[in-house]
This record gives sequence, structure tokens and C-alpha cells, in this order.
Amino acid sequence: MDFSETTIKDYHVHVDSKHDLFTLNLKETWTYRDLIWLMTRKNLVVRYKQTVLGPLWLILSPLMTSLMYTVFFGTVAGIDTEGLPKILFYLASNGLWAYFSTVFNRAADTFAANANMFGKVYFPRLTVPISNILLSCVEFLVQFLMLAGLCLWYCLHGMTIPFATWLLIPLILLWLGVMAMGLGILVSSFTTKYRDLRILVNFGIHLWMYGTPVVYPLSLLKGGILRQMVLWNPVTAAMELFRHWVLGTGSVLPAQIISSLLFTVVFVFIGISMFNRIERSFMDTI
Amino acid sequence: MERKVMIQADNLKKRYRLGQINGTTLQHELQSWWAAKRGKEDPNRHIGGTAADPNAVFWALKGVTATIYAGETVGIIGENGAGKSTFLKLLSRVTIPTEGSFDLYGRITSMLEIGTGFNGELTGRENIYMNGAILGMNKAEIDAKMEQIIEFSELREFIDTPVKRYSSGMYTKLGFAVASHLDSEIMIMDEVLAVGDVAFQNKCIARMRQTAAEEGRTVLYVSHNMNQIRQLCSRCIVLSHGEVIFDGPVETAIQHYLNQFRQENIFRNYTGESRPKWLTDNRIRIRSAEYIDHDTIIFRGDEKMRLHMVLDVKDDVPGLSLRIEVSDLNNNKLGTYFLEDICDCRAGETVELEAEVDISRFTNATYNTIYCFYVRDDAGTNLNVDRVIGLSFIHTYSEVARQIQWEKENWGYLRLDGAEVKELKRY
Repeated sequence: MDFSETTIKDYHVHVDSKHDLFTLNLKETWTYRDLIWLMTRKNLVVRYKQTVLGPLWLILSPLMTSLMYTVFFGTVAGIDTEGLPKILFYLASNGLWAYFSTVFNRAADTFAANANMFGKVYFPRLTVPISNILLSCVEFLVQFLMLAGLCLWYCLHGMTIPFATWLLIPLILLWLGVMAMGLGILVSSFTTKYRDLRILVNFGIHLWMYGTPVVYPLSLLKGGILRQMVLWNPVTAAMELFRHWVLGTGSVLPAQIISSLLFTVVFVFIGISMFNRIERSFMDTI
Repeated sequence: MERKVMIQADNLKKRYRLGQINGTTLQHELQSWWAAKRGKEDPNRHIGGTAADPNAVFWALKGVTATIYAGETVGIIGENGAGKSTFLKLLSRVTIPTEGSFDLYGRITSMLEIGTGFNGELTGRENIYMNGAILGMNKAEIDAKMEQIIEFSELREFIDTPVKRYSSGMYTKLGFAVASHLDSEIMIMDEVLAVGDVAFQNKCIARMRQTAAEEGRTVLYVSHNMNQIRQLCSRCIVLSHGEVIFDGPVETAIQHYLNQFRQENIFRNYTGESRPKWLTDNRIRIRSAEYIDHDTIIFRGDEKMRLHMVLDVKDDVPGLSLRIEVSDLNNNKLGTYFLEDICDCRAGETVELEAEVDISRFTNATYNTIYCFYVRDDAGTNLNVDRVIGLSFIHTYSEVARQIQWEKENWGYLRLDGAEVKELKRY
């Protein structure tokens, strides 16, 4: 960005104790976009430096989880996977859920994990959870390549895979990423005051997984209150749509998608407003 | 000429709540609420605190107003807890004022700490990118400055080494190099040059002066080092207990600051005064100290300082001795008087003593003292038995001053004796 004479002349920031209820501050965040990218890169590099297997963990840990699900939920519990090979079903479901939950968890830790830095220098704090979405995207991509390889193998053995709709997957990532971040930073804002909320939420996110068709397809639930609950869970629509676009199974109602999108927009708006509000003075309370 | 305003602080106030009030857990809040409901004592209340203590607040800033113009290098000085760091924190937008407001008319680079956001795993070069981005540069700007930054940091051969292998001095160099090469209009530094060698410190100060003079950059600098303030600043704000007590020329400001530490008393009562934490031996407690036949703390060059002290002896002290440690107002120790083996004190008695101290070697200045009573044990080490802040003294009209204009900055505080010409050859 070129700060010409005029922009410097016009530069003005006014700071006082007042705060508007809804300020998103997105414009300023945008000027720090290079920071977002650098943070993502840093987190990727730092995470796997000085580990023996390095980035291989990106593949190994979801693979092990998916295999575990295949054995316990697929084989032992005998959950029907809508005719799909179990490993495909669980690799896909687990990949997307891992994406959602890591974005959420990282966003929820924003203030706690960066307190030291936030206390010393100002920059738009929203850059941190946004860069964490990108980080989770990269991790998702690596896992997805593994899924793609497996799909190709099954395809060569006679299975039909809707490769064309794969191009739409980024939309799901954006949708779920924004939703998870919105909820996560909302939690993060409250944990500056109530630390134990974090533990509660940690438990809640596990519970949420079982309330989302991750280890089972939505079609498994035939009716009753349980199906209604799962149906209107905002992650369900994204999860079913994802499996539909990637593997060609699953069902989702337009009303589910619309309500989930609405939920996302409302919560990201509340989340960012709350986050920006807390961000200004949380150093005094943490 | 109309000067451009860069920072306009308007009645800035900042309140902190005392004690651990926030950062609580839900469980504690529920406990407190339940206890209050049943009329019991709050289980989370601090011991010694009062139950209803909502007024336990601390005003770190009590209304600071200041206008700072482009190209100024402003020093901010004051004793610990005066509000210097809080003031800089507010301007850096790390936290918000409780009351009042401020306006910034330029981008700010703040260094409240060296190398904020440095990651040990990343190399020096990678950290330059990270640090630069955190401080508000974009990648192209950092690329353009990279060579200059590496050059300034003097770390070229280590620049691709992870910074966890760096020494703290190298850390400082890298951190300062990045911050000082940003294109911001305002630079805020909170005593970050305390580490690092003197040569580098001087280089940093020169760099800041240069950017202020040539690029019209505004610098705000907090330090306890008055020499750095003198070197760098064109103006100084003195804070004390959250208020501006002086704003103006550097030398006058430093005098204002130093005068706060002066003890004007010619008598001091020490009963009930707290002692340093490390002092565990309490066999002797000084009750009072006083200058004899003297109604000010100002001593003329030919005057002897005569001290009267009263001591309470709680337990036997064989071979009680006294040190009078003399320091300047910056707390630099200048020298120490020893009064050895005053007496063998017996438990329960009160000791009064009069001492005469020759202070003629000191030149014109104000001095602080510390009275430290000690005994020498069998192994020959000094064991302190009491320590208090002593009476200050001001030395004026000394022999030295009459003969020459004493340059304290260059010559120090003491005029030494004992040098004479023994032989002289002339051709």
C-alpha cells in the first residue's frame, strides 16, 4: 500500500472509552492482509518444526481417526453408511468436522493464547482467527488430497464419484469457517472473564459432533425429536451437502441450508462485534 | 510557523481495579453469590480485605493532557508507578482510556517490549517479516527495507538462524532494527534499550534523532536513564502519580524529576517504617536520625556533617558497625563511609550516637544516603541487621566550585585527593 502525502495528512484516529455496539472494523483488518497470510505460514512452519514425522502428521492423525471410526462405528456398531465404502464415508465426514472444530477451537483460544502479544502491540485482532481459518483450510486440503486419491481408486473399480461438484467445496469451507469463527470468537470474548467456559465448551464441541451426522448419515434417523434436533443443527446442512457433493449421497432440505446460512451470518456479526468490544480493554481483565 | 499536531491527548484517565477481581471463574462467582445470599462471608474474599470493597481502584492516570507536534522527540520520565507505561499503552491502543480521549494524526509504531511476536522457531529473516507485519507494514514495504534492517541489526551472518539461538542482546538488535525502519510517523518506545551494549544503544538513539530531524518523525521515549533522555529528547514530560507535573525543556524536567527523590528532612523517625523484605535479622532497629546544629540539609563546603542517631537494641549485637552509602539522585552508588565496631550492644538497651562525617570531597549536587547497620561474623562476611533510607544532603559552595566550574557529567561527583607532581623537568 502506498501511503502518499495525502493519506498521511488525512490519517486520523480518535480513541475514547465509548464504543458503538456494532463495529466490524473490517476495512482496517483488510489493510493487514499480509499479516494474516504471514501468521498462517508461521503457524504451519512452527507446528511441524522439530517433529520427527513433520507434515506427515497432517495425513496420519486424520487417517488414524477415520480408521478408528471405520472400525468402531462402521464395523462394530454396524452403522449403515448409505452404501458407501466405510472408509470413504468416515474420511470425508471426519475431514470436514475436523475443519469445523479446529477453526472453532482456535478461535475460542484467540485471547488466551495471544494475551502476551495483544498486551504489547496493537493490530486488528481479527487477523488472528481469520489466519486460523486459512491454517485449517490448508490442513483440510492435505486431508482432502488423501480422500481424492482414495476416491480415484474406487472410481477405477466401478464406483461413480461426482467429481464435477467438487468445485463447489470451497463454498462449504467458507460457510463452515465463518460459522465456526463467529462462534469461536464469541466464546473467546467471554472466556476473558469466565475461564471455565472454555472447559464447558470443550465438552460441548464433542457433544455437538454426535449431534451432527459425522459418524452416521442423517438418513439413519427415521423420525422423532432426535431427528428434528439433528436436522436443524446448523452444521448438519453443510455436512450432508458436503457428502452429497463429494460422494453423491446424503440429503438436505433448502430450508436447512437457508436457516444455517442465516445462523452463520447472525453469529458472525454478533461474534465480531463482541470480539471488537472485548478486544479494546481485555488486557485489563485477563 | 504552524506546527503539525501529531498526538493530542485530552484529559486521559485510566482506572485499574485492585486485587484479583477479574479473570475469575464461574464457580467462584457462584460461590460468592451463594455465600452472600446466606449472609455468610465471601469465601473468595482476599484475606485482610474488607467485604465491601468496590472502591478499591487505582487511578494510573488522573487526567493527562498533552499536545505533541511532528518532529518532536519527547521524553517521558517519572518514578515507578507514575503512569508512564500506562500512558504509552493507551497511545499504542493496547487498552482504552477510562475517561478522556486522544487523537492520533499519524500511524504509530509502538515498542512496549522488544521483539513482540518473535517466534523462537522462525529465523531472523522470517521474524523480520512477522514483526514488521504485526507493526503494520505490508510485505512489499518489508521487502524494500529488508537490506537496511539486516544492515542495522548487525546480524547478517545469523539472519537465517532460528532466533531461539539468539542472545538477548541480539534479540534487542533485531527488534529495534525492525521497529526503527517502519514508515510510521510516530514511534513509541518504553525503555527497550536497557538491554544491548552501549554502542548499539547509542546507535539506536542516533537513529531516532536522525529520523526525527530528517523525516519529521515524532518519538516518545520512556526511560529511567537520564543520559539517554538528554541525548535524545528535545522536550520532556514529567509524570508523577498519574499527573503531568512538568512539561518543557529537558534539563528543567530532569531537575523536577530528580527533586521528587530528595528528602528535605533534617530529622527522620523510623519507628513503624517498613524495612526491605530481605532483611530478616531484627536485633537492631534505628529509631531516628537527625543532623545536629543544622536547620537545612544544605551543607557548605567547609562544614562537617554531624549526625545524631538513636538505636533500640532488641538482642545482643557484638561489634555493631554502620555503613553510610551515598548515591546520586539516579541511585548510582558513589561511595560508602564505614564506622566500624561502634560498640557491643546488649539486649534491651538504647544506644545514642553522634557521628561526624567529612563530606568535603563531594561537589555541588544533591545526594541520597542509606544507613545500613551490620556486624561482621567469624567468617568475615557482613551481616546486615538494619537498613533504612538516610537523610539526604546538598553540598554547595565547595572549595572545588570556587576554583573551577565543576563538570559533573564528565568528572563525576567526587574530587579526589592524593595526586601531586613529584618531579618536573623542563627543556
